[in-house]
Amino acid sequence: MTSLKASVSPHIRGSRTTHRIMLDVIIALMPTLVASVILFGFRALLLTAISAAACVAFEYIWEKLMKKPITVADLSAVVTGILIAFNVPASMPIWELLVGDLVAIVAVKMLFGGIGCNFVNPALVGRVVMFLSFTADMTNYSYPAAAVDALSSATPLALIASGSIGWEHFMDILCGVHGGVLGETCALTLITGGLYLCAREVIKPIIPLAYIGSTLLFSWIFGSPDPVLSIFSGGLMLGAIYMATDYVTTPFTNLGKLIFGLGCGLLTSLMRVFANSAGAVSFSILLMNLVVPYINELTMPKPFGGVTEK
Amino acid sequence: MKKRMKILLNGIFKENPVLILALGCCSVLAVSVSVTGGLGMGAALTFVLVCSNVVISLLRNVIPSKVRIPCYIVVIATFVTLVEMLMEAYLKSLYDSLGVFLSLIVVNCIVLGRAEMFASKNGVVDSFFDGLGMGIGYTMVIVGMSVVRELFGAGTLLGVRIIPEGYQLGILTQAPGGFFLFGCAIAILVAAMAKKGKKFEPKMGCDGNCAACGTACGGRKEEAK
Repeated sequence: MTSLKASVSPHIRGSRTTHRIMLDVIIALMPTLVASVILFGFRALLLTAISAAACVAFEYIWEKLMKKPITVADLSAVVTGILIAFNVPASMPIWELLVGDLVAIVAVKMLFGGIGCNFVNPALVGRVVMFLSFTADMTNYSYPAAAVDALSSATPLALIASGSIGWEHFMDILCGVHGGVLGETCALTLITGGLYLCAREVIKPIIPLAYIGSTLLFSWIFGSPDPVLSIFSGGLMLGAIYMATDYVTTPFTNLGKLIFGLGCGLLTSLMRVFANSAGAVSFSILLMNLVVPYINELTMPKPFGGVTEK
Repeated sequence: MKKRMKILLNGIFKENPVLILALGCCSVLAVSVSVTGGLGMGAALTFVLVCSNVVISLLRNVIPSKVRIPCYIVVIATFVTLVEMLMEAYLKSLYDSLGVFLSLIVVNCIVLGRAEMFASKNGVVDSFFDGLGMGIGYTMVIVGMSVVRELFGAGTLLGVRIIPEGYQLGILTQAPGGFFLFGCAIAILVAAMAKKGKKFEPKMGCDGNCAACGTACGGRKEEAK
């Protein structure tokens, strides 16, 4: 009877760990990696491997230097590394990719206290820093050898905006046989991975659906020439499924998630239709990341039987 | 002399105007993209700060306290205009690159802040050293930041190419890079000022400056009496 312990809740714990969640995300990203190697060649695999290894190394070195517990085994750095690599074109110089990894891991994640404490998505900041620093290299898109002529010189987004391609290229766009960064082109594998994550209950489908749906709606309202084709191109699928669903930087509640997704979609379609910015998805998600604390506060559910203040 | 030295060093480290008091950040962030600009801006501000501190200290018993801010502005604006005209005449390219930030020294919080917080209450020589220390502190930060930003952002130093074309971090020459470096600089100074096992907490305590202070403390009541 002496071993009676009083502890705070939760008393029942699931078997789900950060490690397992991150492993699921990595599994979900694998089809896209395979697609990107098929489309863009061996260098896609090389860049992804280097980026993942670099992120793990930066996190390990930082924690060693700062005498903090080593957390690289939770695989979150691997996910960040893969996502950063998915955001660069196949021709990206390796040192520039390493700069992105360094910013993501050290400046965004570790300086703010490591996993769970970053206020914006590390991979996205890595991407934006690379985009602002090496704009020419970041937009030097590679074009798969198999791409049809219409899709072999400009990205689908640019072509859709100018109205020069239409539905006859839908299959090419869906399968990613067009120019772009490593992980964004093949919408098919991205969606497959997203379905796997939903089935495993790693992510809830609210944010991706709200994000993609509202982008479709708002693009149509703002007068995009082909809203349906445009949601399958650019970084929208990659961003909506894998980046806008990061636990740390998105709202807790379902209503909050919905607002978050709608906000991302509104900003993305505004930027795509009126600014023609190559970073529309990244900037939208980052901006919405910043307002997450407010969304959380406004959508906080009332505890059952609880008395509200004021 | 030891006291003077302390006043001087105070402005450089313990009460560094930019990194600790967080005054005058706007020009630091905007101008620190090139070392030449940083040096020019630092020199101009130091000159204005020293001169205005000395003059305001001389006039501190003459200026009625109710209209002191306009009086300070007149004194400061005089020296800024002097610097501006001199720079336009003799250093035209620097004048062009600094642009509006040169005239904006008039409303630079450091100059006005030191006039209010220090020069209006202290002797001429002390005020001179305070202005000099604050000016050096500002110049060190702006030059330090501009060295990093110009070297890694544009690959040059004082206009001479050091890092070959194509190996630059463009973001450093833009506003986000400036803010990032600014944060790093504050972190470095705070870390360097920390004594063994003790965190450095910048002390900005009350120096009897009730006019610029919003808190309702005993001092204000006393002033009202």
